[in-house]
Amino acid sequence: MVLKVEGLRFGYGKGLVLDGIELELNRGEILVLLGPNGSGKTTLLKCINRILRPLDGVVFIEGKNYLEMNEKEIARAIGYVPQDHKPPFPYRVLDFVLLGRSPYLGTFSYPGEEDRTIALESLRAVGIEHFADKAYTELSGGERQLVLLARALATNSKILLLDEPTAHLDFRNTHRVLAAIRRIVKERNLSAVMTLHDPNLACRYADRIALVGNRRILRVGTPSEMITEELLRQVYGIEVRVLSLDGLKFAFVEGVP
Amino acid sequence: MIAYKTALFKFPLYTFIVLLPFIIAVISAGIGYLRIPPEEVAGSIFRQIQAAFLGYCEGMTTTDVVIIQIRLPRIILAGIVGCSLAVCGAVLQSLFRNPLVEPYILGISSGAAFGAALAIGFGMLGGSVQLLAFLFGMISVFLAYTMAKTGGEVPVVNLVLAGIIVSALFTALTSLVKFFVDPHQLAGIVYWIMGSFSYASWSSLALITPPVMVCLLLITAMSWRLNVLSLSDEEAKALGVNVNRDRFVVLSLATLMTACAVSVSGIIGWVGLLIPHIVRLAFSSDNRIVIPVSASLGASFMIAADNIARAAFSFELPISVLTTVLGAPVFMILVRRRARRVWS
Repeated sequence: MVLKVEGLRFGYGKGLVLDGIELELNRGEILVLLGPNGSGKTTLLKCINRILRPLDGVVFIEGKNYLEMNEKEIARAIGYVPQDHKPPFPYRVLDFVLLGRSPYLGTFSYPGEEDRTIALESLRAVGIEHFADKAYTELSGGERQLVLLARALATNSKILLLDEPTAHLDFRNTHRVLAAIRRIVKERNLSAVMTLHDPNLACRYADRIALVGNRRILRVGTPSEMITEELLRQVYGIEVRVLSLDGLKFAFVEGVP
Repeated sequence: MIAYKTALFKFPLYTFIVLLPFIIAVISAGIGYLRIPPEEVAGSIFRQIQAAFLGYCEGMTTTDVVIIQIRLPRIILAGIVGCSLAVCGAVLQSLFRNPLVEPYILGISSGAAFGAALAIGFGMLGGSVQLLAFLFGMISVFLAYTMAKTGGEVPVVNLVLAGIIVSALFTALTSLVKFFVDPHQLAGIVYWIMGSFSYASWSSLALITPPVMVCLLLITAMSWRLNVLSLSDEEAKALGVNVNRDRFVVLSLATLMTACAVSVSGIIGWVGLLIPHIVRLAFSSDNRIVIPVSASLGASFMIAADNIARAAFSFELPISVLTTVLGAPVFMILVRRRARRVWS
């Protein structure tokens, strides 16, 4: 087990967003958080790497209590891939990926030759090294998502947190990005927690799925256990039909929900 | 292996950029009512340096006096102010994640103007314009920062709003001072706000040069960190950066630098917006390049602009008017040509 969340509670001001979250992540697996908008998936991700400080509860990273780790130690252990966005400045793609080396650099230092090698390797791993010299702002949404993934890989962390990596992506890019994530996690024996909106994508790319709703984790299990008509109805509150085809499950909505 | 540019600095070009303000300074020292060729200027400066270090003196010629006592302090001051404003603009643009931010966004100019108005209008603190302008410049940013702080965090949106509030407050207070003083002092306040280097002296230079240079060095050393700070707070935190602490440090350095510059020159607009922009469009958005190149080009631009202010006509033009008139068209051309690439 590389990551263990115990009794985590979090709220912005009044009222809890997360209440008593228990979660375990094994080495080499992709865990997908599936749940409706506002169920606290993104908040949970941000609590796992302490961008947000939980009110209560603790996270163990490789067995270490993360309240006893400093920011840099956490940043070296957990790579974070935010939702796609355009930064205001057209940084060169390689420089942007180099920012992933920050957890190893002091306030007054510049990245060196070794950092550059690691950044280039990360770009190669996601298959976009030919963009190294381009401006980040000139890339398409799918390409920018891959650059963000490369930046997280450049931190050399064993755990990845991905916040809706397929938001705003088209059909092809969605699968291209998720396939890249899955390939890299398996090749490097990393572990990933990822939020997704589409049960079918979760079913296809996850090793395990955690259903999130009502401020807590409802159920955790394999995709075939989790993608069922009752559970999806319970989580999303709409009538869903699930079909099996070639060993994969497909959830869809019939008629008007 | 694919081809990508390894060298951060392309040497001949960047050496030229670093030397540019010095070249322009030497040429500028020859410009004025008394025209002096650059080689004589260089000779004169060299003799004075020699005299200062070897304690050996031949006495000064008229040319030496004009260069050393009158023109050089003003030129160096213009260079330092230009450098400070350009660097501060670049820093704040990164911190605020907005390429259209200028150095005065946190109210430093309004605060300094109020301080200057107090000194000129009411003779406070022995009428020391420099000191009061500096103090109130710092106070205004401190106020804005304190106002923006909520629960240990200093969100950028809060900072922008707090800056607007502080600016408005000090602008109103300055108007009040202007309302009460007599027309002669009113003119003094108005001229100070327009900006000028005409009060330059070696003693004011000795006061502001050390802090400005220390700030410049520290900001250059932190220029990579500035790239990280230009990301969203959550991304920077996820990269292990103490966002609030680092932002405070960089902001303090930039504020100190600008307060020094403003206290000796008044409010000079456009340089802090224009120069970092030109650098980003022409070179790179990487702050490791933006900061030093902005420093150099800011100094060069200001020295050149001040040449026109002091020597083009029989009277002196307000420097702020010049920087705007010179800057706006250049900016327009650049934006039309390259905007699509950078702002898309």
